[in-house]
Amino acid sequence: MASLIETTACEGLLPVATQDVTLGELPFACITSVAPFDGRQDAVAAALKAMGLGWPGPGQSVRAGDAACFWAGRDQAFLIGAAPEGLAGIAALTDQSDGWARMHLEGPGAEAVLARLIALDLRPAAFPEGAVARTGLGHMMAVLLREGPQSFQIMVFRSMAGTAVHNLHQAMRAIAARAAV
Amino acid sequence: MRIAGKGLVDGSATIGFRFDGRDYTGFAGDTLASALLASGVRLFGRSFKYHRPRGVMTTGAEEPNALVTVGRGARAVPNVRATVQEIHGGLEARGQNAWPSLGLDLMAVNDLFAPFFGAGFYYKTFMWPRAFWERLYEPLIRRAAGLGALSGRSNDEAYEKAWAFCDLLVIGAGPAGLMAALGAARAGAEVILADEDSRMGGRLLLESHEVAGRAGADWAGAVLAELGAMANVRLMTRTTVTGAYDGGTYGALERVGLHVANPSEDLPRECFWRIVARRAVLAGGAHERQIAFANNDRPGIMTAGAVRGYLNRWGVAAGRSVTVFANNDDGHRTARDLVAAGVRIAALVDVREDVAMAGDFPVHAGARVIDTVGRQSLREVVIADREGRVSRIASDCLAVSGGWNPALHLACHMNGRPVWREDIAAFVPKPGMVPGMRVAGAANGAFSTQACLAEGLAAAAAVLDDLGFKAAPVDLPEAEDGAVRIRAYWEVPGATHRAWLDFANDVTTKDVRLAAQENFASVEHMKRYTTLGMAPDQGKNSSVTALAILAETTGRGIAETGTTTFRPPYVPVSIAALGAGGQGRGFAPKRLTTSDRAARERGAPMIEAGLWYRPSYFPRPGEATWREACDREVAMVRDRVGVCDVSTLGKIDIQGPDAGRFLDLVYSNTFSTLKPGRVRYGLMLREDGMVMDDGTTACLGPGHYLMTTTTAAAGQVMRHLDFVQQAHCHDWDLRMISVTEAWAQFAVAGPLARDLLNSVLAEPIDGAAFPFLACGEVRLMGVAARLFRISFSGELGFEVAVPARYGAALWRDLVARAESLGGGAYGMEALNVLRIEKGFVTHAEIHGRVTAFDIGLQAMVSGKKDCIGKAASTRPGLSGPEREQLVGLRPVAADRAIAAGAHLFDEAAEAVSANDRGYVTSACWSPTLGSHLALGFLRDGRARIGTRVRLVDHLRKAEVLCEVTDPVFFDPEGGRARG
Repeated sequence: MASLIETTACEGLLPVATQDVTLGELPFACITSVAPFDGRQDAVAAALKAMGLGWPGPGQSVRAGDAACFWAGRDQAFLIGAAPEGLAGIAALTDQSDGWARMHLEGPGAEAVLARLIALDLRPAAFPEGAVARTGLGHMMAVLLREGPQSFQIMVFRSMAGTAVHNLHQAMRAIAARAAV
Repeated sequence: MRIAGKGLVDGSATIGFRFDGRDYTGFAGDTLASALLASGVRLFGRSFKYHRPRGVMTTGAEEPNALVTVGRGARAVPNVRATVQEIHGGLEARGQNAWPSLGLDLMAVNDLFAPFFGAGFYYKTFMWPRAFWERLYEPLIRRAAGLGALSGRSNDEAYEKAWAFCDLLVIGAGPAGLMAALGAARAGAEVILADEDSRMGGRLLLESHEVAGRAGADWAGAVLAELGAMANVRLMTRTTVTGAYDGGTYGALERVGLHVANPSEDLPRECFWRIVARRAVLAGGAHERQIAFANNDRPGIMTAGAVRGYLNRWGVAAGRSVTVFANNDDGHRTARDLVAAGVRIAALVDVREDVAMAGDFPVHAGARVIDTVGRQSLREVVIADREGRVSRIASDCLAVSGGWNPALHLACHMNGRPVWREDIAAFVPKPGMVPGMRVAGAANGAFSTQACLAEGLAAAAAVLDDLGFKAAPVDLPEAEDGAVRIRAYWEVPGATHRAWLDFANDVTTKDVRLAAQENFASVEHMKRYTTLGMAPDQGKNSSVTALAILAETTGRGIAETGTTTFRPPYVPVSIAALGAGGQGRGFAPKRLTTSDRAARERGAPMIEAGLWYRPSYFPRPGEATWREACDREVAMVRDRVGVCDVSTLGKIDIQGPDAGRFLDLVYSNTFSTLKPGRVRYGLMLREDGMVMDDGTTACLGPGHYLMTTTTAAAGQVMRHLDFVQQAHCHDWDLRMISVTEAWAQFAVAGPLARDLLNSVLAEPIDGAAFPFLACGEVRLMGVAARLFRISFSGELGFEVAVPARYGAALWRDLVARAESLGGGAYGMEALNVLRIEKGFVTHAEIHGRVTAFDIGLQAMVSGKKDCIGKAASTRPGLSGPEREQLVGLRPVAADRAIAAGAHLFDEAAEAVSANDRGYVTSACWSPTLGSHLALGFLRDGRARIGTRVRLVDHLRKAEVLCEVTDPVFFDPEGGRARG
């Protein structure tokens, strides 16, 4: 029997680039939401530690190689790029891999692009490398992570990928047009 | 007239532009006002009410007269201040409020009737007949009065909104602002310096002062070069800070592309900034006042500071023979600067008798201007000397200085009131009116350049101390330090003609007196009675003078009279900038399903459901109307098999030892008894006992549930569950998260549904192994999937869910297979007909005002346990025969159409609201039953099944006699879904 073809969330939408910013889609990764049950916080942290990660504090992330654990809300983290080993039974686990469009924004103008759509202070002192926020991107709910001095990871609901790309690309073009004046 | 060798404009770069249909040229650095003045243009517009010819009065954003419309068609922007608009090669501007032209304005006849047109005139005069006000008088008056008009079309230009953050926001880049920014920046603070001009420097660009032994503009240039090279400084030119708000947040409007010829479509015209600053220094300078005298509004009458500003910055002489009229020493500077540049001073008229001013021109101490002559341009100034002797001075420009008002608006935006300082005849801010903001320089009443520099530096030092920065050394440069010498003088007494206060709204001294006379004597009442201060300049040029005259008229002091309330925005802000990003579909994100592209390829019209887009129907060749497609799709599901994307329904994953208990609390019926592999329909009540939502919840395993919600209520239900858990059972061990987006879910319904599914499932199912309301994990085409046997159509039905990345492929495959079985895809229209035939409710019925009793589901409110809303649902009046209850409605003549929204009446009763017995919520044509059908609510409806009601649609003027039936029209035993 024929198998089903996979379609990525941003299929046909990305990458886009302007002079000093690029926006691309990140490759598929397994995302699991991890929400420790009552009294199992330490056990969950230990299990994540065993994977080389750890439980992220509010607004933070823990990374090890391709795997990462993002803070995702009250008593909730997203385990990305790794299977949830040793977590069954001590935390509520749900597969979120397909629920999100994951994008990568990079370039000298990346912070300026996000300043058009996100109300947070993203200066490096306030939002350093590894910082995570659940915040609004335009009218959408988003997860934002600073990967490096000029690069960010952005996650939005899969169904809104088109609007997110449109808004981000519009902000990128506006920044480029300003630079050209 | 341009003076060679004067000004800061680049005389080598000539720029052409158009004004009122004529071509002009100017230089790089010119504003529309400076370039037109240099070209000898005096007439910029017509006044608001009397259509008086008006010229430019100021050099800044406070300009009340020179308001023009820029651009053409949908892109035309009215009420642009010519003093702010920079010229560029694509600039096309025109004067406003004149017909047929600026020079010949027929509406100017209004000026002749001026004796009738004082404040309050319209309200008193056009009172009878009453109905005429709205239909006749007001439209006529509004057409004759006014400023520029909007195009009435949607502007497609790009606008932008953005956020910025800093330690210190410095508002204004004059001497005070530059010193504040420099002091803070050298210490390492992150500084934003915002200035509304295209070039920073403030008054230093407009004066001939020296700072630190060099020209003021050069000193400013050197400071700006240093600031511009620092990584911790952001210079925002063309950016007006418009409002001070809570938490150190400031609004600011940046003109991004308004000065650019042929801008790229991507370039925002304006950007509205929200700047969050730990501290702010307001150094916004001051506005020069006019003095009220007869006919003080003629083109050529300007503020004295503006006349020398045009000379010093743009090298433009505003007249060939200039008279200066002042009550303070600052006005004398204008005479000095103009004489030095070779411009003739016709006279210096000073109201003070003890004035000492030597110059190569006549000085009239103790004199005053009592009238002016010249309709479209000033020709003569009429003065009276201290003995009252009248003489006429030929003059084409009158430079007036009535003193300066500190631009303290932002300091008052959080309702602080400024204080009156008698010594400088001005209101100044009090410290601490806006938390975290200091005021420095002229905005604080410090008018000498030296005082501005010192206050700016002191403000920086205080901010650095507050924020814990170590101050770095900054030298205080030397500059002029003249004392303020002023005699408060607001109005030349005994005017024989009108004397203007608010030029933009055509308000005169007489109007202010009339207000006081009619007992609108408080400053706020006077403002509203006269409309003084309500024009685009918001009283920057008029309000202090007006309240001083009001104080005099009412016999109170100025301090006692007080100011009106200062509110944001400080300058006009275009709605396009405030609403940037919200044009067209930018208003809300689009949520698209994985089958979206396939549906559109089949020509399906999409309808919005919340933020989602869902297909209405899938037209096939030969189908002329939506009804034909819908009828076919309904028949397909009833007879063969249909496929529908139901991914938009909310899906919430709930896990934990207390999950079942939690479901019992939020659902009216019991879920803790639901076994793994089973699905149950549930009803959810609000705290007030009304129905909130309905849906199915599947038990995926022990302590693991998947709740579905309706599409529209997904967010509301998630929020409700969060609230219930946090507020009512925070110690119950459960976790929940939305998985709506993770799964693509398709309904497969119809007698052949199982056959279709068995063609894709790795292991076929049958009715025994997978009965009605079963669920489980399955594999199809190599992918792990979830299968639920539920039905919203009343047919044998399944919903199959796969990870969303497979959704697009599975949809195409299922539809192709359905078509090979004589079925196909169905959309929202067919889905709606199928559920109406079955009497299933949607939010058309559970609209927030109905109880479980009303929809006939009172048996679902379990008596064995408590649930949210249960207690409230038992309140008197929420059940019983007086309630409107869900019923089916069927026209007695089957071909008579019923429309949702129609109301129900007893057969013999008159169709008036007193006799209203209910209403229709959903209606359709049922191809299955060959009849129009409807669901609706009817008072005591269940007892009236079998009787007739009169259905009246007052909106569409239709009346249909209907039979009341059970809401389930089709297959009431439910055998088709269970089979």
